[in-house]
Amino acid sequence: MPTMSYRDAIRQAMLEEMRRDPAVVVFCEDARFWTMPTHGFVDEFGPERVPIMPISEEGFTGAAIGAAMTGLRPIVDYTIANLMYVAWDQIVNHAAKNRYLFGGQASVPIVFRAAMKYANATAAQHSDRPYPQLMNVPGLKIVVPSNPADALGLLKSAIRDDDPVVYFEPLRLWGTKGEVPEGEHLVPLGKAAICREGTDVTVVAIGDAVPAALKAAEVLSGEGVDLEVVDPRTLVPLDKATILDSVAKTGRLVIADPAHKTCGAAAEVAAIVAEEGFASLRAPIVRVVAPDVHPPFSPALEALMYPSPARVIAAVQSVAPAELMAR
Amino acid sequence: MKTEEQLEAMRRMLRIRRFEEAVMDIVRKGQGIAGAVHICVGQEATIVGSCLALRDDDFMVGYHRSHGHPIAKGAQLRPLMAELMGRRTGVCRGKGGSMHLADFRVGSLGETAIVGAGIPQAVGAAYGARLRGTDQVALCFFGDGAANIGSFHEGLNLASLWSAGVVFVCENNRYAMSTALADTMAAGSVAERAASYQMPGTIVDGQDVISVFEAVSMAVERARAGEGPTLIEAHTYRYRDHAEYGNLKLSHRPEDEVEEWRRRDPISVFSAQLLASGVAEEELREIEEQVAAEVADAVAFAKASPAPDPDELFDDLWATPLEVH
Ligand SMILES: Cc1ncc(C[n+]2csc(CCOP(=O)(O)OP(=O)(O)O)c2C)c(N)n1
Ligand SMILES: [Mg+2]
Repeated sequence: MPTMSYRDAIRQAMLEEMRRDPAVVVFCEDARFWTMPTHGFVDEFGPERVPIMPISEEGFTGAAIGAAMTGLRPIVDYTIANLMYVAWDQIVNHAAKNRYLFGGQASVPIVFRAAMKYANATAAQHSDRPYPQLMNVPGLKIVVPSNPADALGLLKSAIRDDDPVVYFEPLRLWGTKGEVPEGEHLVPLGKAAICREGTDVTVVAIGDAVPAALKAAEVLSGEGVDLEVVDPRTLVPLDKATILDSVAKTGRLVIADPAHKTCGAAAEVAAIVAEEGFASLRAPIVRVVAPDVHPPFSPALEALMYPSPARVIAAVQSVAPAELMAR
Repeated sequence: MKTEEQLEAMRRMLRIRRFEEAVMDIVRKGQGIAGAVHICVGQEATIVGSCLALRDDDFMVGYHRSHGHPIAKGAQLRPLMAELMGRRTGVCRGKGGSMHLADFRVGSLGETAIVGAGIPQAVGAAYGARLRGTDQVALCFFGDGAANIGSFHEGLNLASLWSAGVVFVCENNRYAMSTALADTMAAGSVAERAASYQMPGTIVDGQDVISVFEAVSMAVERARAGEGPTLIEAHTYRYRDHAEYGNLKLSHRPEDEVEEWRRRDPISVFSAQLLASGVAEEELREIEEQVAAEVADAVAFAKASPAPDPDELFDDLWATPLEVH
């Protein structure tokens, strides 16, 4: 299998879909700059499909909605997730609602790409992980890939999807490399992945908490604790069955998510398991998430924010069966 | 400008230049400035000429390229450098960093990392001043790229409707990241957009500190008199790339364009003018030396300052810390 970086997987997905379907267009500031995954797209697809964008997020998001309702499939790249807030009205009030408001007449097949720049010392206005806010908006599908193969396959599915999809990229994964299947690779929205099978504790991990959880699993396996790591991959729709089945097996659940605690993605997973899998639980559910405070600039403080292998290990140790921890 | 003021302008331009050079040096050597760093070297005349037209109690709103702006407004260097290094002695206690310098003691209401977001905030500061019965003015800086975002247009309209005492200074350095203004703006200039909002709009040579000072002074006078806002477009240039990217060379511009602008370096041009007008060379050298010492002191202070303690993570989130029951 070929190896590819997460960033190149995103590029590859867009390239393949743009070559396949002339309705796919890209709205992105600085799309031509060579650091961008869209570098070279203007040369291949022309400035009509990859227009030069002013700093006008609200404007070009609205334009994408109009184009989508009339037959195009825009990919809107905000480059930094926080910049979506400038277009919040268009995303939340319009893209998410138009199909419903207009009684099914409107289709809004847009992919909103949002790289999340946290853990990068860029402070609170550039470091948000806004997917839980949008999980609260019916009508938006939400994707957070954790590795290159999923980044490729999920983005291609998102582009082909007839609903608006918000595609979140943990920027610190951009450089990570991984194997990608040869040929066309599509990953369906709404299907979780079991990244590691195990019997003792389930760790549901989101985005770059997945590599942290896998690291933790490696360490803990040396101590005789066997983690099962589940990556939901899409938060809307959420693959409840895979999570509930895993918890049915282990009886213990840790959720690792770099987003905020209150009303977060982890809170939703916890609520679902408490409601629908209560009988399986043999220990309290533990969340390893960002505390409810803005990402501070100072790297010394920001280091306290997101799930790390050490934090996952501590959480697992607090719920793992006593006989295992005693070993 | 009187000679005293001219020397102060020189001092502040040099402070910015040397401060930024120290920042670049620390970034290059990996000595403790993390994150995105947008250097304003090349734009000092616009920044200083504008700020010197203000009173100490006036307000100033910066943007992401605003290390120099609080300096021009009179801020001390130590807390600014410590902030860039994420120390607890930083002006924002390590919470803001390079894109969020703010020093309320000198009326610097902060930088924002969201392009254009400061524009309506400056309008609000001017509106508030009038409501509170003061004649404080708000000076609002932003880049050419910001002129295409909604908050620019909404901000200018509100300012005009309210006759707010705000002076908009667009630092037109020709690019927004890698994108040339000519490729993204339907209008021929930022200044001509003032006409749509019933306010004066002028273009000044942003490399000439005296021209900037004079244009902004007139606008400040008008603002203070309650006659409303002004839009000033200063033509200037950033010598560095959009941001410091370690040692990567990412430039999107022709080298000779950078060289051409460097030949009209605002500090060299002004220092030649000062010498020609009879200022003694020693006097300039003395300013140079004092500024170099101040910057060295700020760097030493920042490096010697401790990082914030983990328990400072939640400080300053709320006016009244939440009581959790
Ligand atoms: C709303 C928003 N969109 C995009 C960005 C990303 N971005 C940061 S700076 C910048 C260019 C700004 O150009 P300009 O206003 O001319 O200021 P300059 O950097 O040239 O000083 C862009 C696109 C942002 N921070 N905020
Ligand atoms: Mg610019």
